[in-house]
Amino acid sequence: MNPQDLLYTKTHEWARVETSSAGEKIATVGITTFAYELLTDLVFVALPEVGRTAQAETPVGEIESVKAVSDFNSPVDGEVVEVNAEVPNNLDKLSQDPYGRWWFMKIKITDETCLKNLMDAAAYEKQCAEEHS
Amino acid sequence: MTTPIRHLLKTPLYDWHVAHGGRMVDFAGWAMPVQYASIIEEHNATRSAVGMTDISHMGRLRFEGPGAAVFLAELLTRRVADMALGQIRYSLVTNDQGGILDDVLVGYYHNEMGQPFYVLVVNASNRAMIVRWIHEHLSPERANRPREEIVFSDVSDLWAMFAIQGPRAKDLLQPFVDEDLESMKYYRGALVHIFHPAARRQGGIISRTGYTGEDGFELSLGAGIACGVWEALMEAGKSVGAVPTGLGARDTLRLEAGMPLYGHEISEQIDPFRAGLGSACYLTGYNFPGRDALLALEKQPQQLVRVGLEMLGRRVPRQGCGILKDGRSAGEVTSGSFSPTLKKPIAMGYVPPELAAPETKVEIDVRGTHEPARVVPLPFYSRKKTKK
Repeated sequence: MNPQDLLYTKTHEWARVETSSAGEKIATVGITTFAYELLTDLVFVALPEVGRTAQAETPVGEIESVKAVSDFNSPVDGEVVEVNAEVPNNLDKLSQDPYGRWWFMKIKITDETCLKNLMDAAAYEKQCAEEHS
Repeated sequence: MTTPIRHLLKTPLYDWHVAHGGRMVDFAGWAMPVQYASIIEEHNATRSAVGMTDISHMGRLRFEGPGAAVFLAELLTRRVADMALGQIRYSLVTNDQGGILDDVLVGYYHNEMGQPFYVLVVNASNRAMIVRWIHEHLSPERANRPREEIVFSDVSDLWAMFAIQGPRAKDLLQPFVDEDLESMKYYRGALVHIFHPAARRQGGIISRTGYTGEDGFELSLGAGIACGVWEALMEAGKSVGAVPTGLGARDTLRLEAGMPLYGHEISEQIDPFRAGLGSACYLTGYNFPGRDALLALEKQPQQLVRVGLEMLGRRVPRQGCGILKDGRSAGEVTSGSFSPTLKKPIAMGYVPPELAAPETKVEIDVRGTHEPARVVPLPFYSRKKTKK
């Protein structure tokens, strides 16, 4: 199941938005179980460079399966402050803990208005059910 | 625009695929499973045990009558008239310029009455065009000349076809058929009885052929009994580790085996010599379309040759990616994928002869970045042959 406390994009990324001790809004970002089910057979993930600017609904990295390559998007506007460097070396494990250990990147949000465009878990699950049928 | 799945052609196993998690995609107008779960697992099961693929979308064309052998000899690049009973040959169909219209298997059999017939297995994507090509070359006079009559029928929709591939394929299939599979040679086939109630006393054609680089068989049988026999094979296959495999694994398997795929390595714009298929052309016998063009092409130096490529990095080249040498455009990738056996990205493509030697360093333009690659001999994978 998709955690209730996360926000979701139409393109199957999730974001966990937290406030840091310095008062900054940080989004931890990954891709959803549904995305892993669609992709299968991952062979390559390219994470963004730390420090680069990220724009909501715009590609920040690549995820490649045996069949095809796809982009993954940033759910928010901001700056990439950290990436999970272990992700590219554990492709066969990612789908086992997509919302925990295998987050992709952390983004410092520069403009919170982008959060309005994200879905809650219920809306996201409705979209997945429609896509699946 | 993609065609909705419900408007696509369906094989007799369509409902089975859907019920077993097959991800149905449009392949040449057919709704076919690209995979059931994992392409890599389906691929590996074929290399280690058995993979079973529904290939009922392939075109099957049947030729009977005393004129059939000569007609096919005048259509195909390989000889036909000298084939032994049960023999199968890989051949090309070429246009008048020597471009490749299709790559096919031609098999020679006798029916229950002892009458000879030939079966041509053609690519699903080319079936309609090849049927038209055959009709264009079937002159009306031929049908009226005694001893030259031909009965041509497109039996694709009447017959299903399964590819049963892998080191345990023989063990799985043997109890189902009355032909000794151990002694059946590669590129041979036979009419068989199918020993299972689901076959309802119907037979089929089994051949030791395939598109995976493994030992294996292809079984043609009536569409009406296909699902029952498939389910019986699946049930029996549990003990040898058989799994259903989709077109995704079929593609990675044939790529590792260095086998060309129509629309990728071969097309109407590519002649057999460029594709490395000169051995499939017999130019001193019958005058098939394109023969004279091929006689001329044979003497010309090759401008491009088909090679295998192995990536040094992890990004996967795909069809259409440019091949570069020292930053300059030199060729193009025709197929590329991650190789589950070699665990690295591989590709086939065309390069000038001076870049075709193994270990030649090149770069491949993968979505804008130049990734290092090296030329390697084809095939990427060959199975360990067991002693006969």
